[in-house]
Amino acid sequence: MIEFLEMGGYAKYVWSAFGLTLAILVANIVVAQQQFRSVRTRLAQRWANQQESSDQ
Amino acid sequence: MWTWFYKLGSPPHLYRLAGRLAPWLLWVSIALIAIATYGGLVLAPPDYQQGDGFRIIYVHAPSAWMSMSVYAVIAIASTIGLIWRMKLAFAVAAASAPVGASFTFLALVTGAIWGQPMWGTWWVWDARLTSELILLFIYFGYMGLRAAFNEVQKADRASAVLAIVGVVNLPIIHYSVVWWNTLHQASTVTKLDNPSISMDMLWPLLVMIMGFNLFYIAILATRVRSEVLGRERNARWIGGALNGLLPRSRVSA
Repeated sequence: MIEFLEMGGYAKYVWSAFGLTLAILVANIVVAQQQFRSVRTRLAQRWANQQESSDQ
Repeated sequence: MWTWFYKLGSPPHLYRLAGRLAPWLLWVSIALIAIATYGGLVLAPPDYQQGDGFRIIYVHAPSAWMSMSVYAVIAIASTIGLIWRMKLAFAVAAASAPVGASFTFLALVTGAIWGQPMWGTWWVWDARLTSELILLFIYFGYMGLRAAFNEVQKADRASAVLAIVGVVNLPIIHYSVVWWNTLHQASTVTKLDNPSISMDMLWPLLVMIMGFNLFYIAILATRVRSEVLGRERNARWIGGALNGLLPRSRVSA
């Protein structure tokens, strides 16, 4: 196990490359979903306001 | 076939289809990436020259591949948008850009991390590295140009022209290791007839590329939904699509 983590002396290079990849992939998921949720709530709010004003 | 194609051009249909597919695409891509990571870090033998350091290839090469193929998607979608005035093609191009830029960034940084132990330097101004850096700047230019317009139609057309002009950079990146003397090693996989890599090293790389492609499509699906919502905000179907979020009882004045 220790040997695996040491990566034949290249540990800091291999693990930082894979760690950064994981971070970028996770960030892509989080940002895309947050953006979608915020667009959706903003439009729902706008839609509700429009219907309210057309009711008056 | 044609009705399918026609439906794909319909915003509410694409919105629903993307919403149904996105979670599946994401989970399958995560599974593929996990399998490829296990294959690349555990099952593949160390390289006879680079030892375990070569394993960076399993994240570097797929992200470099994605940086270019996502750009190709943007350029093709932009062309379709300009010629056939297809709004959804522009939406696909706009939604792809941040994903492509993040893969380009990843390719550059993992390349630097790989370069340090193998070449003794993080960076050299050679053709491959410089043209890949230019690709990142083209992505930034594309997104910056889009952000500079208030009107989405104008942003679509201006950024599409930029994307199409920027395509000249793709063959330069690809052939840079052939055309110029460089520190960067030549292509490992794309010599399909005789790849210079053994099978147990190759398969995790191919699975990782498949996983990254599916991952891109999954993120694209979610981002396209946001794009479609923003572009169609005045369309009637939006009310139905947002149904769960609308207040149930409206307070009337």
